[in-house]
Amino acid sequence: MSTSPEQITGAQSLIRSLEYANADVVFGIPGGAILPAYDPLMDSTKVRHILVRHEQAAGHAAEGYAAATGRVGVCMATSGPGATNLVTPIADAHMDSVPMVAITGQVPSSAIGTDAFQEADIRGITMPITKHNYLVTNPDDIPRAVAEAFHVAATGRPGPVLVDVSKDALQAMTTFDWPTDVALPGYHPVTKPHNKQIREAARLISEAKRPVLYVGGGVIRANASGELMELASLTGIPVVTTLMARGVFPDSHPQNLGMPGMHGTVSAVGALQKSDLIIAIGARFDDRVTGKLSSFAPGATVVHADIDPAEISKNRTADVPIVGDAAEVMRELVAAVREEQNAGRVGDYAAWWVTIDRWRDTYPLGYDAPADGTLSPQYVIERLGVLNGPDAIYAAGVGQHQMWGAQFISYENPRTWLNSGGLGTMGYAVPAAMGAKVGRPDAAVWAIDGDGCFQMTNQELVTCAINDIPIKVALINNSSLGMVRQWQTLFYNQRYSETDLHSHRIPDFVKLADAYGCHGLRCESPEEVDATIEKAMSMNDAPVVIDFVVHRDAMVWPMVAAGTSNDDIMVAREMAPTWDSEE
Amino acid sequence: MTRHTLSVLVEDKPGVLARVASLFSRRGFNIESLAVGPTEVPDVSRMTIVVSVEGLPLEQVTKQLNKLINVLKIVELDEATSVQRAIALIKVKSDADTRSSILEIVQLFRAKVVDVALDAVTVEVTGNEDKIDALLRLLEPFGIKELVKSGAVAVGRGGRSISDRALRSA
Repeated sequence: MSTSPEQITGAQSLIRSLEYANADVVFGIPGGAILPAYDPLMDSTKVRHILVRHEQAAGHAAEGYAAATGRVGVCMATSGPGATNLVTPIADAHMDSVPMVAITGQVPSSAIGTDAFQEADIRGITMPITKHNYLVTNPDDIPRAVAEAFHVAATGRPGPVLVDVSKDALQAMTTFDWPTDVALPGYHPVTKPHNKQIREAARLISEAKRPVLYVGGGVIRANASGELMELASLTGIPVVTTLMARGVFPDSHPQNLGMPGMHGTVSAVGALQKSDLIIAIGARFDDRVTGKLSSFAPGATVVHADIDPAEISKNRTADVPIVGDAAEVMRELVAAVREEQNAGRVGDYAAWWVTIDRWRDTYPLGYDAPADGTLSPQYVIERLGVLNGPDAIYAAGVGQHQMWGAQFISYENPRTWLNSGGLGTMGYAVPAAMGAKVGRPDAAVWAIDGDGCFQMTNQELVTCAINDIPIKVALINNSSLGMVRQWQTLFYNQRYSETDLHSHRIPDFVKLADAYGCHGLRCESPEEVDATIEKAMSMNDAPVVIDFVVHRDAMVWPMVAAGTSNDDIMVAREMAPTWDSEE
Repeated sequence: MTRHTLSVLVEDKPGVLARVASLFSRRGFNIESLAVGPTEVPDVSRMTIVVSVEGLPLEQVTKQLNKLINVLKIVELDEATSVQRAIALIKVKSDADTRSSILEIVQLFRAKVVDVALDAVTVEVTGNEDKIDALLRLLEPFGIKELVKSGAVAVGRGGRSISDRALRSA
């Protein structure tokens, strides 16, 4: 019996490909070139499309979805401006290793290169900010391109992949043939670490006196928090969790020193700085962590494990380079360390812990309540964490509120702290929270946003209200571009050039929330904080926005000024910690 | 400043040259010459990239190159164990008085005259960088009207091929 293969359009093939790739949600906006795809999309029972209000938000929503669930996030846009509006979230996903597939329409292939209406060379534009990208002009190539895109996005070091499909390829007839395996001759991520390097790392661990586990976002991407717990418990080594790794190791665990870096805890920064062994897993020695690179952890031997070989010895030379998947690396490290221990070689870090505990006791994270009785932003964020507990998901914008969100909420679970770490994209919070809520509808999802960030993407409250995505927004409204203002305070003689947003007057965020179909609440005094948060927690029929009108002169501490050494960390203004008080 | 020659096997896909070239500039590396062409294997192209490295380790750029999905294999070819050739076409001013002197130099270098006019000769020379530079130095006094030079191509000495293993796994 022979039947001729079913003839379908390229557009149908694209939607069917998304179904085969198990894309259950697509965030997007239609337009001319992508229009053919939106017709069969209407009939798909497997792919839910969420119509956003700006393509940038489609991208961040896909990122939030991916970061919260671990699955590939998908966004879709038309050619030209639709596609270029995706550039920021694509770059963001590239920096933070977020698995994402972006589908864009392109002008008909006969018009490519003619400066046609809504034409932009999005493949060329996104070459440096995607893990890989495709321009498809033959409808027969659609299933393979989509299958490869999902494979590349999700495996190895995750990242964004863009598939640009010309309009004529969407309109032409083709047959559907889903590839059973993806054969990419130039793509072979190494997941299994080299045995010799693992044994060497285990030996260093047992010999070290002052070791630190420097844990990055790669451990979350690799779903390796269980392996991390095992390694940390077995060795007793202090753990620092970077901005991208908050939640991968419980903050309640006594070995967790918190966040290292520019706004890290004194104990986390100090532990790295004074260590004799750094075991970096899924971290990339970012400048925000190392401070001035040449003076970073001068006495440390470095074991650097990463799935991306290009990260190893990029900034800091690794003494023991390990290429591999974080979970596999740590499983094998646990076995190798156990062997060392069974042979009687057990690391002794007792003196190290005494030093660290002294830092921890002397320089805990903290803040002063404003003298005038106005609201402290740190207090708001702290209460938010306490009242919501460790199962809520928090998505932050970029700036002071982001740092306070990383510092003053106790995270116990991976994938509960979402933020834009590498690119530092203001406006990430609301759409990312939307994406996270779509992926994790049962979790409470809070956007912690600043008044500057919020005004970049708050139009997505409409999308949330209409599509029954009841996120909550804690707007930390200091009427300023707060982090920039902090730098002006510290480094520009308090000359506040263009950082006053006047958001205490305009816009009225409560009215704005109301206009967007959300509940709007306002909180201006410490006494109202708990009641307001609890009220927001009880409202689940629509998104909620709380306008927390906070003190504008609050600053993020500790701080390592940009370009300076971590040794010069300041606990507060003009207050440096004493490292060796007993020596 | 040190010079390195990289042989890069790539899938012959649209945009692959742009991906490779832009990666070098993005990561702060300066390409001195680049030559691309087909290989003995269909759908596989070979790029020979001569790059000057100052400060930054070459290892970083090869690692970044390896991350490109369309890049199959990268081999650094050492000058001592490889053959490197570029071609140059040099249009030199000449008249009845100078022509024979120019021809003498051309012969010494085993170069070829490929075009003659009343006021110029065009010389074709093949060789490594040093040979082409030496010839240019000698022709310069006559007046070089036009110079065009290809990127270098290079192949390792001996019987082994860099494409053997890379393409078997493909």
